[in-house]
Amino acid sequence: MKLNGAQILMKTLKEEGVDTIFGFPGGVLINIYDELAKTDIRHVLVRHEQGAAHAADGYARAGGRVGVCMVTSGPGATNTVTGIASAYMDSIPVVIITGQVPTQLIGNDAFQEVDIVGITRPCTKHNFLVQRTEDLARIIKEAFFIARSGRPGPVLVDIPKDVSNNVTDLEMPEDVALRSYNPTYNPNMRQLKKVAELIEEAERPMIFAGGGVILSKGARELTEFARKTQMPVTTSLMGLGAFPGSDPLWLGMIGMHGTYQANMCTGECDLLVSIGVRFDDRVTGKTDAFAAQSKIVHIDIDPTSIRKNVPVTVPVVGDCRIALENLNTLLRDTDLGDLKQKRKKWSDRIVEWKSTSPLDYVQDEEIIKPQYVIEKLYELTKGEAIITTEVGQNQMWAAQYYHFEKPNHFITSGGLGCMGFGLPAAIGAQIAQPDSLVVDIAGDGSIQMNIQEMCTAVQNRLPVKVVILNNGYLGMVRQWQELFFGKRYVATCLDCAPDFVKLAEAYGAVGLRAEKPEDVVPVLKEGLFSPHTVIMDFRVAGEESVYPMVPAGAPITEMLLV
Amino acid sequence: MTENKHVLSMLVDNEPGVLSRIAGLFSGRGYNIESLCVAETTDPQISRLIIVTQANQPLTEQIKKQLNKLINVIKVYELTGSEFVQREMALIKVNAKPEHRAEILRIVDIFRCRVVDVGKEHYTIEVTGDEGKLAAILSLMKPIGIKEIAKSGAIALFREPK
Repeated sequence: MKLNGAQILMKTLKEEGVDTIFGFPGGVLINIYDELAKTDIRHVLVRHEQGAAHAADGYARAGGRVGVCMVTSGPGATNTVTGIASAYMDSIPVVIITGQVPTQLIGNDAFQEVDIVGITRPCTKHNFLVQRTEDLARIIKEAFFIARSGRPGPVLVDIPKDVSNNVTDLEMPEDVALRSYNPTYNPNMRQLKKVAELIEEAERPMIFAGGGVILSKGARELTEFARKTQMPVTTSLMGLGAFPGSDPLWLGMIGMHGTYQANMCTGECDLLVSIGVRFDDRVTGKTDAFAAQSKIVHIDIDPTSIRKNVPVTVPVVGDCRIALENLNTLLRDTDLGDLKQKRKKWSDRIVEWKSTSPLDYVQDEEIIKPQYVIEKLYELTKGEAIITTEVGQNQMWAAQYYHFEKPNHFITSGGLGCMGFGLPAAIGAQIAQPDSLVVDIAGDGSIQMNIQEMCTAVQNRLPVKVVILNNGYLGMVRQWQELFFGKRYVATCLDCAPDFVKLAEAYGAVGLRAEKPEDVVPVLKEGLFSPHTVIMDFRVAGEESVYPMVPAGAPITEMLLV
Repeated sequence: MTENKHVLSMLVDNEPGVLSRIAGLFSGRGYNIESLCVAETTDPQISRLIIVTQANQPLTEQIKKQLNKLINVIKVYELTGSEFVQREMALIKVNAKPEHRAEILRIVDIFRCRVVDVGKEHYTIEVTGDEGKLAAILSLMKPIGIKEIAKSGAIALFREPK
């Protein structure tokens, strides 16, 4: 069958199960868009290409599938770089298709030419420049395979105009076989037996889980594992939702803004079973002091994560879910009564920590506290909403006060920490889960970084809710300035800001505002249960800070508490 | 922890951009490249790339894992720590005034190298050997007057069991 490149692309995308593309057209993509219109693939037109990349990311996380974004050459491609880097840091499977100038013009500084393969080499799992139409189907299939397998990540495919125009015989490759890429899924059983032994011996064990558990769809296995072994559980920011927030074994998040009990446990445990994590500096604080009394087990599918930042007693390379399943089988006959007995002192200690310094704030009569908004949001949504966040204080309060029960419900730019992520990610999440309530928890600073995507939400009738914790500051940097720079608020005061209610209305969305504590619940009720796209502007306390806080580079057991 | 030289040999896809991925990995993560040599193998689709790096043991492990993670890297071997043959090559252009010619040729003879280009005022010498040998001949030629040198990175292969 003779097909042109654009037709081959569409056929291959269909075969990969793609139903939605987030994109923005341009000169070298016109023929591809022309073919796209002939398929039943939904195209969501964003207003800025960064939004397309984040939306594909949000779609992938909420839907557990590969997200796809398509943009034109040059500026279209460079605008996606932040979104690609964010997906790369958080290991999210996204395929980015970029148009490119015709092959004979490459290298000539042609109009809208940029070496996007060169630019994105360090922030993609892999990338391709397609040089012949004959290679297109194979490369697209390889791109999806690489994006979703092993430790997932973004893959970029750059398609020159002539490659999508030229006609060739389509030979759809059956399987993808890459001689140099073969991720290890099944963990070594000898290593797992060592882990099981360590667990049975340990007196003060704990579990530290991360995004890898969610990506491997292993949350159920993790819960079974924790309950079976009666080990308390903390997670990284990326791991929130991997373990139910209402379980008595739940310690809360670890790290710079982790809970008192999670950080103290890490300091005193004798066994840290870490699963699908990468020991980011925001988790470990000072690495020499991290879990210093503890043996460390590290289960991860990416061998480079192991022993990169901390020394490990038992490394296990493999898929988190499969490893947990195997551990659950190995520990089948463990006597729970015995374990509970042996660890009585440890569990008492944890109870003590939990009551020493629980997450807390004082709700004023006059001024709304940002934490209060999240708490009420949690209560009103019964913890079942899909929450996306921007980056900064809004993100940390969301992580602390919204107690996630299920995986794939907390969508945040964890590794890259990129402002402007939440709104486009919410759009992607809403499309992946049309029946779910999707809420973007934002700050007044970060929401302005991709505010133009309001238009995308309204145009596509996506009932995304934006909760702005409006404190008039770039709050997290302000907090650091308050604590470490003598309250010199340099470049963090946002005293000139748009009226978010009018802005919402200008976009054709609903705008609501709460100025007093008693407005919070009514505004949330009206906004959350509206069928429209809504911005809720909460005027919160200007100089509220996120606590606990571990100063950068300090041991995580040395927290500033309120 | 002590940093030592490590010779890493890898088989990679012979495609555009692969060298840039590897070089980018080293620069992006702050690893050191002491020398680098790359050429096609007998299979035109595969190249062999040899990097000499200076790192402590845990970092060398991490470098190997990071290299293995690149989709275009087929296999990574560390030669250091086992029996292997290592060679470098240099072309040395030395001032060859009449009063020095005999001396230069004597050194060439001792080091079993060759003169590959002769002019009125210079010799170009081709020398192959390990790092030590190259350093030794360079130190002998220096007082005579080196005009220019071109030096390759190290290439290396495992020794087969006898």
